[in-house]
Amino acid sequence: MTAILEVKQVNKSFGSVTAAHDINVSVKQSERLGLIGTNGAGKTTFVNIVTGYVKPDSGTILLQDRDITGHAPRSLTREGVCRSFQVPQLFLTLTTAQNLAVALGIANGRAYSPYATIDAEMEQAIDNLLERFRLADYREQIISELPGGVRKLIDIAVAVTRKPKILLLDEPTSGVAAEQKFALMDIVMSALDNDVTVLFVEHDMDIVSRYAQRVLAFYDGRIIADDVPKAVLENEIVRTHITGTAG
Amino acid sequence: MQLVTTILIDGLIDASWIFIVAVGLTLIFGVLNILNIAHGNFYAIGAYVAANAVGMYYSGSNPPMLGLLAMTGAALAAAIVLGPLLERGLLRFFYHRDEIVLVLVTYALFLILEDATKLIWGVNPYYAYEPYGLFGNINIGRMNYVGYDLFLVGLAVVIGIVLWLGLNRTKSGKVVLAVIHDREMSSAAGVNVTKIFIVAFTIGVFLAALGGAFTAPKISVQPGLAVMVVLLSFAVVVIGGLGSIEGAAIASLIVGLARALAIHLAPWAELFIVYLVMAVMLAVRPQGIFAPTALRKI
Amino acid sequence: MSSPSVISFVAALTLVMLAVLGKVLPGWCVFLLVTAFAKGLAALGLVLIIRSGLLSFGQGLFYCAGGYGAGLLMLWGGVNDAMLLVLAGGFVSLVLGAVIAPLLAGYRSIFFATLTLALSMLAHGALTKADFLGGSDGLNLRPPSFLGFQPASSAEAVYSLYLFACVLVVACALACKVHFNSVRGLLSLAVRDNEIRVEYLGSSVKRVISENFTAAAFLGGIGGALNAIAVAHIDPELAFWTTSGEFVFVAILSGYLSVSAVFAASIMLEFIRSFSSQYFPNAWQMSLGIFMLASILFLPNGIGGLLQRRKKRLEGSKIA
Repeated sequence: MTAILEVKQVNKSFGSVTAAHDINVSVKQSERLGLIGTNGAGKTTFVNIVTGYVKPDSGTILLQDRDITGHAPRSLTREGVCRSFQVPQLFLTLTTAQNLAVALGIANGRAYSPYATIDAEMEQAIDNLLERFRLADYREQIISELPGGVRKLIDIAVAVTRKPKILLLDEPTSGVAAEQKFALMDIVMSALDNDVTVLFVEHDMDIVSRYAQRVLAFYDGRIIADDVPKAVLENEIVRTHITGTAG
Repeated sequence: MQLVTTILIDGLIDASWIFIVAVGLTLIFGVLNILNIAHGNFYAIGAYVAANAVGMYYSGSNPPMLGLLAMTGAALAAAIVLGPLLERGLLRFFYHRDEIVLVLVTYALFLILEDATKLIWGVNPYYAYEPYGLFGNINIGRMNYVGYDLFLVGLAVVIGIVLWLGLNRTKSGKVVLAVIHDREMSSAAGVNVTKIFIVAFTIGVFLAALGGAFTAPKISVQPGLAVMVVLLSFAVVVIGGLGSIEGAAIASLIVGLARALAIHLAPWAELFIVYLVMAVMLAVRPQGIFAPTALRKI
Repeated sequence: MSSPSVISFVAALTLVMLAVLGKVLPGWCVFLLVTAFAKGLAALGLVLIIRSGLLSFGQGLFYCAGGYGAGLLMLWGGVNDAMLLVLAGGFVSLVLGAVIAPLLAGYRSIFFATLTLALSMLAHGALTKADFLGGSDGLNLRPPSFLGFQPASSAEAVYSLYLFACVLVVACALACKVHFNSVRGLLSLAVRDNEIRVEYLGSSVKRVISENFTAAAFLGGIGGALNAIAVAHIDPELAFWTTSGEFVFVAILSGYLSVSAVFAASIMLEFIRSFSSQYFPNAWQMSLGIFMLASILFLPNGIGGLLQRRKKRLEGSKIA
């Protein structure tokens, strides 16, 4: 099977800090990847580069063999590379349903006609999404009044409206109480279609072991390990620098 | 050649008073994050109180040079009364609101002060010409310049240097810079942000009033000053980069020179040359000459 | 929710009520309403911009362009029909807005506000120097006709003008109200709330802002043209920043939640102005300023927020 996403020889530095050093990754369709590493190791930079928020200094990124290096977030989203954020990026003064309506409206074009209202079909689509992400209770609530965990889910639901080929989740469980992390990941993973390729940044190794088929370990802007979860978590360098379980 | 010198010197003179006023505006923006539309009113009030002070001072037989001190004192008094009063009594109630709301609050303040000035000083012009002759005339090349104008240039340079040193070389200045950089962090680190806000706002008001006080001898002090001045300082601050002293200095020079160029070469453009320069500069450098561009953390 | 048919019915009813009101009110009052409507239209445009999170301090530019567009078509083109003149004014501003919008759409907050201010002041400065356009004195216009009807008396002229203004206002308000409830209307609010998410949904923030700005320019032009034929005069003051300041005042007082609130606020401004200039001519700006402070302090969402709260309470009591 050919790779859906290929990152080749990507470098990026901010001043004297190297955030990405010779990054090479090839991702197959419908693969589930966990990205681990300490803060500042380059995980978010990797996500930001793939989704076009920052441009790499050098290197190429291929989406289904097409060069997408340096494309803007807007066009990448249209090509099927979507993401959620460490800090959920939502429309704070609108309700959950309105957030999804905007997202769906952009996807289906209704947001571009000055007078098209939310029709029955859109209402149905909103309800479906809310159902899939277990958000029905929050339908008419304004985002700024919702707790962080719920916002995380809405952030992902909003990203999914574009029917992504590749979905990048930046720390989907951060800020969520420990006992709810698994529940949240269960909801997310069951809400996604099986053919969606998922890359998620995660600090909790139990979550990584459970939901990832493959793990990329970042340290100092480099990928120091790339293998199945068990192998990566037993890797000596990873245990020294990331999980702190060397001994 | 003669014309070039004239334009350069006229531009420099114009830039000097514009800088004094605009640097106050940029200081207030830097520290309090307020784009103060009422800034021109402080200039106007400074001009009026200075005109009063000059009138009183020169009616007695006092040493003429010390009239400059009377003008400075008048501006200082106006700032000490208005600064804390407006910051504590009005502005602080809007700090938790959107920055655009604060702009509108100062717009309301502009409207109020505009009429208040008329109610206090009336609509007839005041003159305070006495200090204008204090420094005699000075020849540069074949051109004759009023010494007072060149004194203003010196004053602007001194103010710029004092402000820069005060912010960058003193302990309290560094605390102010910390507040400019990150208000919440400084507050958490035990900095008395309230005090810094009051002092910075008052200094900003003082600079505007001082600019007004020292231009008073050159002009007839009458209603309408505030609008012209606030639009000019806006242009300077936007061109230079919000919150930057160096930017304000360079932008004042650009604006001063542009105005001098227009007056000498294309008088019809005098009214809008500043806006033209501002539009062009913004198109070239959207954040101003000296403002850093930051990427939002996501 | 307000369905399109309900909104249209309310609009028709409003029009009839306004027409009756115009017969009852004294002439000066009717004329004051016309100028308030003209300003309200421009302020409504500003509200469109505010909904996408930006404040323009240069809406007067389009008010002015609309006024000059209509005025010059009357003086140079010999057109007297009010509807044609207003549409022409709107069109001139629309074109101007469409040209400027993409240049402005990259700017935010204070830079956007000052740049719009600068452009408006540029136009003001240029017009005062343009002698063939009347310079700073401006130009006087003729009384207009209405679809071939030429009012004979001055009372008739004022009422015809008023009816015409009412039709314009109700049509524009209707269009905006339906738009506010649309998905595209929500997209504007979304841009205001979070540009990053809008881009990461595959939409262009710049495009949203440009479209809103251009629509605002059109409304500003219509308002300016209406004002021009009402007062039968155009001058550069229309582009001066104090004119734009009045639109800002109206938009803030009304808030961005309701269309009718914009016109309520505009009427309120005109009444404060005419009342204060009669009783304390030297302090009318001061009363405006105090009024503005009070409304920012006590009505954070403007009159529109007040209307919405009231509506919610009524709906709540129905259920209870």
